Amino acid sequence: MKWILVGIIALCNTLGDVLNTAGMKRQGEVEDLRPWTLLRMIRKIFRNPLVLGGFAALAVSFFALLSLLSITTVSFAVPATAVSYLLETLLAKYILGEDVRWRRWAAATLVACGVVMLSF
Amino acid sequence: MSLQDRPSLVMQTFVRPTDNQTQNGRRGRKTHALVLLVIVTNVFGNVFLSRGMHQVGRIVSASPFDYVRAFANPWTTLGIVILVVWIFSDLALLSRADLSFVLPVTASAYVLVALLGHFFLHDHISWERWMGILLITGGVVLAEETPTRTTTGPPEHLIPERLL
Repeated sequence: MKWILVGIIALCNTLGDVLNTAGMKRQGEVEDLRPWTLLRMIRKIFRNPLVLGGFAALAVSFFALLSLLSITTVSFAVPATAVSYLLETLLAKYILGEDVRWRRWAAATLVACGVVMLSF
Repeated sequence: MSLQDRPSLVMQTFVRPTDNQTQNGRRGRKTHALVLLVIVTNVFGNVFLSRGMHQVGRIVSASPFDYVRAFANPWTTLGIVILVVWIFSDLALLSRADLSFVLPVTASAYVLVALLGHFFLHDHISWERWMGILLITGGVVLAEETPTRTTTGPPEHLIPERLL
C-alpha cells in the first residue's frame, strides 16, 4: 500500500507539473509583474482546461501524500519527490519538447540525490 | 577605414547592446525576479504554515470544522496566503521558462529552509544533510548556466484539438 501511494504521488506530481507547464505556455507569457497583469492571468487560468487538469492531478497527489503520512513517516515520501525530478525532466524533453542537455540532466540528478540526503 | 575609427566600431559591435540583447536582458531579469519570488514565497509560506499548525495542535478528524479552526491562527492564515501567491507566481514562471529549468532552480528552497532552521532555530544539520545542501546547490548552479527557455510557442502536439 505504501509503495502504491508513493507511485501515485510521483505520477500525479509529474502529470500536474507537465499539464501546468503546457497550459501556461498555451496561455502565453506573463509579460510583467503588475497586479493587473497577474489578475488577468488568474482569470484566464480558470478557463484553461490544461491548468485545471494540472490542479486536479496535484490535488490527488496532495491527498495521497496525506494518506501516506497517516500510515508512515515523512521520510517515506521522499523517494516520490526525488523520482518526480527525473520523471518531469524526461517528460519535459519528450512531451514538452524542451532542449534538455547534460547540464539539465546533471542538475535534476544532483537535486534528486540532494533531496534524498536531506531526509536523513 | 582608419585605425582611429576602429575602437568605435569595436565598441558598437561588442560593447553597445543591440535592441535584441537589451530585450533578452530585461526578459532574463524578469524571469529571475519570478524565480526569486517563487523561492521566497515557498520558503516563508511553508515556515509560517508549519509554525501555525504546531500552535493549533494535531488535527485528526473527519469534521471540516476542525480544519477551519486552524484558519483562526494568524500564522496558518499568513502561511496559506503566501502559498497562494507561490502557486500563481510558479504558474507565471512556467509561462516564461522551461519546466526542466524551473524544477532544479526552485529546489534552492530546500537549501534555504535547512539554512534558516540552522541559523535562526539552531537546528542540527548532520553531515548527510550538509551533503544534500551541497548537491542541491550544485544542481541549481548547473541549471542556472542553461537558457531559461528553449522552446517557442506552446507544445501543440500535447493539446487535443477540442481544448484549443
